Amino acid sequence: MSIDREMVKRLGILSRLRIPEENMDEMVGELTKILGWVDQLKDVNTDDVLPMNSVVEDMNLRERDDVVTDGDIRDEILANAPESMDGYFLVPKVVE
Amino acid sequence: MTDLVELTIAEALDGLAKKEFSAVELTQAHLKEMEKARELNAYVLETPEIALERAKKSDERRAAGKAGKMEGIPVGMKDLYCTKGVRTTACSHILDGFVPPYESTVSQKLEDEGSVMLGKTNMDEFAMGTANLTSYYGAVRNPYKDKTNPDKFLIPGGSSGGSAAAVAAGLCMAATGSDTGGSIRTPASFCGIVGCKPTYGRCSRWGMVAFASSLDQAGTMTRTVRDTAIMLEAMAGFDPKDSTSANVAVPNYEKALTGDVKGLRIGIPREYNPDKGLNADVRHVWEQTAEKLKAAGAEIVDISLPSTQYALPTYYLIAPAEASSNLARYDGVKYGLRVDGNSLDEMYTNTRTEGFGKEVKRRIMIGTCILLEGYYETCYLKAQKVRRLLCHEFAEAYKKVDVILAPAAPETAFGKDDDSTSDPLKMQLYDVFTVPSSLAGLPAVCVPAGTSEVNGLPIGLQVIGNSFQEETILRVAGTIEAMSDMPIRPLRVGGK
Amino acid sequence: MSYIIKGETGDWEIVVGLEVHCEVISKAKLFSGAATTFGAEANTQVSFVDAGFPGMLPVINHECVEQAVRTGFGLNATINKKSIFARKNYYYADLPNGYQISQSDHPIISDGYIDVDLENGETRRIGIERLHLEQDAGKLMHDQHPSKTFVDLNRAGVALMEIVSRPDIRSPEEAGAYLRKLRSIVRYIGSCDGNMDEGSMRCDANVSVHRPGEPFGTRAEIKNVNSIRFVMQAIEYEAMRQVELIESGGKVVQETRKFDSVKGETKSMRSKETAVDYRYFYDPDLIPLVLDDAMIERLRKEMPELPDAKKKRFIEDYGLPAYDAGQLVAEKEIANYFEAAAKGHDAKKVANYIMGDLFAVLNKQGKSITESPVKPENLGRMVDLINDGTISSRIAKDVFAFMVEEGKTPDEIVEEKGLKQVTDTSAIEKMVDEVLAANPDKVAEYKGGKEKLLGWFVGQTMRASQGKANPAMLNELVKKKLDA
Repeated sequence: MSIDREMVKRLGILSRLRIPEENMDEMVGELTKILGWVDQLKDVNTDDVLPMNSVVEDMNLRERDDVVTDGDIRDEILANAPESMDGYFLVPKVVE
Repeated sequence: MTDLVELTIAEALDGLAKKEFSAVELTQAHLKEMEKARELNAYVLETPEIALERAKKSDERRAAGKAGKMEGIPVGMKDLYCTKGVRTTACSHILDGFVPPYESTVSQKLEDEGSVMLGKTNMDEFAMGTANLTSYYGAVRNPYKDKTNPDKFLIPGGSSGGSAAAVAAGLCMAATGSDTGGSIRTPASFCGIVGCKPTYGRCSRWGMVAFASSLDQAGTMTRTVRDTAIMLEAMAGFDPKDSTSANVAVPNYEKALTGDVKGLRIGIPREYNPDKGLNADVRHVWEQTAEKLKAAGAEIVDISLPSTQYALPTYYLIAPAEASSNLARYDGVKYGLRVDGNSLDEMYTNTRTEGFGKEVKRRIMIGTCILLEGYYETCYLKAQKVRRLLCHEFAEAYKKVDVILAPAAPETAFGKDDDSTSDPLKMQLYDVFTVPSSLAGLPAVCVPAGTSEVNGLPIGLQVIGNSFQEETILRVAGTIEAMSDMPIRPLRVGGK
Repeated sequence: MSYIIKGETGDWEIVVGLEVHCEVISKAKLFSGAATTFGAEANTQVSFVDAGFPGMLPVINHECVEQAVRTGFGLNATINKKSIFARKNYYYADLPNGYQISQSDHPIISDGYIDVDLENGETRRIGIERLHLEQDAGKLMHDQHPSKTFVDLNRAGVALMEIVSRPDIRSPEEAGAYLRKLRSIVRYIGSCDGNMDEGSMRCDANVSVHRPGEPFGTRAEIKNVNSIRFVMQAIEYEAMRQVELIESGGKVVQETRKFDSVKGETKSMRSKETAVDYRYFYDPDLIPLVLDDAMIERLRKEMPELPDAKKKRFIEDYGLPAYDAGQLVAEKEIANYFEAAAKGHDAKKVANYIMGDLFAVLNKQGKSITESPVKPENLGRMVDLINDGTISSRIAKDVFAFMVEEGKTPDEIVEEKGLKQVTDTSAIEKMVDEVLAANPDKVAEYKGGKEKLLGWFVGQTMRASQGKANPAMLNELVKKKLDA
């Protein structure tokens, strides 16, 4: 699959990044280049090899007890918010 | 008495214990040195008040007989670690003004062991970089000078470039780093210091701003191997708040520094010695060091890690994929920068477009792309499969050897304005020797082993061990350090 | 009997699959230690993990895992010893991390079924494709400010079980029955309170139509419907809409739709994001969840009796008709009430009083069975009094009313109000004689062949006895005296 301007636009929408028109071609070029470069992985025979998601995948996932140990820190939660009011975060109005 | 900023941690602990000087004096000396060396841009935030207050408390603790493992030692904190009440930005514009209401586990452990934070050190934005050129707060200057061109602005390596420069220049006795694909070892090599990335799971990731969760690992940057041992012991350990943290006891690393490498099998991977892409001086130092280790009684074993060449592309698929998701939380709602817009999506897009730097955006785009249907299988899953192969090859190798000795970086520090710095693909090549062990989650320490005859710049070698074999790699690194004639005193940028 | 839509051009069948989100009952959230109680002040039940702060990491809550396993047993499903958490990536104001931790190709539970009873007495088996654990999102409020939306993250990170049915549902009625059954099961288990109006159980419906014998049509997904009745309405409307659309030459598009409960319509949610791709990948902050056999066995042993088993037992042990048993087991509390009332008494009669008089009273008073003004043991005792002839079933109506009002035992009521049935033959005879004596003309009519008047005499005498005369004896005596 090749990278074109449509794809770059789509990636921009998905990742909420605006790619200015004048940088479009550059981004197409960079993505094409890097995907071309990583394409060499297809030379590696990985038949019967399972994907490895974590080097600690064989550990046991540790589980917490069902106890309330956190929360009730609204001021700290909101302290860094660019915009808040009455204990809520504020965002531009969402039209549903 | 030696100038206080020139001491190693071990020496300083000794001096503090003997009451030759106080933690406050030690801290003041470093704060002064920081002022003199601001041209390096090693710190993005200096916290002298906090430092002096903590130093005072440290003296009180010591007087009360309650000294910790790092009692009174001034350290730099990579801006990746969330520090309670102290601005933390991962050197990104998007975290503008973010003051965490919590302290990362690693920085908390260091504080609990008595260390004194001097400030937050510069880094590549979100740790994405090899040269510390992507920081929102500007480039860091390597205190070392190219003897052929002393005016050349040399980069310190990245992403922990501020930490490396600060340690090398005596602006702290040690600093925290973090390593995702070489972010501790590359700058350690370029700045002539010791940088250790422990086993994945050894140090808690809780409170570290995430880049690529399956690779990120906290680590140490110091001027000597002994100091690394001291600091690592203070930082490491199981953390129930991190589901990938390993419940493995932390040994006394200092005790492991016996200097004795007799009978130790040291592997030299032939794939790390390509015809092209390895600087001759680096190769020379590597070969020479192996010879010396052999002379000291170690057994040098030729080994093969055949998939090594695929490590870089593997890394540059996995890391951006994870990053694209990890960085989705920076949306202008909860903290940091917000650039308003008429709709929610417009606000998101405005904020992220302005808040992230070019390299970070590039990686988010790549990561987003390869998780898409149509790419996921052939790119992301393929990379994860190759990752398993790489791990398997290391595991096979460790049946034959105890540690692996390899270069940390293919070259010495380069100039900020060198051609390669504008080409992301070329920049990525600097990670070629560090990325395989990152993918395998193995512990690796970079130790200064020599200098380039051409430019006089330091060359580090890495000792890579099997999982949780930090003791063994530190033992070997200590031996290399003792055999080399590399300085352990800082380069005083502002003069003595 | 299948549900057929009669279109202009012929018959249509419908296919429905339901995705139900059940909020898990647990004290703390799925991956953080913040509380889950409903109705707290905004953002007071939020940890830095829930709010997506830098460097924060998830650690799973064991109780949520157990709840999922229990529910898996309730759905007759496979408990997967290894399951994996994945990130579902998308941006929205109620999703602080920019991704939801969910499960993709390795859910904790898969391949189950539930049997649902239909009005016509049929039982249908609906397959369950999977149940997976995931995080709930926060809540948005749009009406607090002219240009801003308010964000409350109290719900963000609360554990959800998403239960996905197979496309086995063929009518709105089946969908309703499935949801009621599912709700009943999770309530029995105690893994979800099933309150759709509070949003602790929510439903998405995938609906398609096709000609009998032809392949399934393109489906539309109706999102977030918040009552069983609305789900049924939405399916009915949507199926009709699709039929009309196809018959008028249009084509059903795969899309997300919203149900407007006021208008009773579904509407397309024109999504601005044309490029949706959730980019699932395994969460690198977590490792696979592996369940140990001992835990699975323990949970299996601890499973409570579920509706199907209880129904079977009610039929076998209490001799109830299947329909009645089904009604009584729908809610655990009703079943418990029934058993408390029926123990040692005439169970069938007790069942009838519960489903008749008691439900009527509860309905009128807006009370649940646990708030019943009539204690179960009193209801049982009342049935005894009927059966041993102490009171007539007619008087029982009064006794029941007094129990509702005064909460006393039936014995007390019968005693205090003097409601004991008159079974003394001479006393009844006396009353009959009086009635006959007072109505010589009617007696003559009767004797003249108008036998229908017998009932009238019985009624008059019963009234004279204030309802207390034993009806059988009264009947017999009236007839005897008239025919004498």
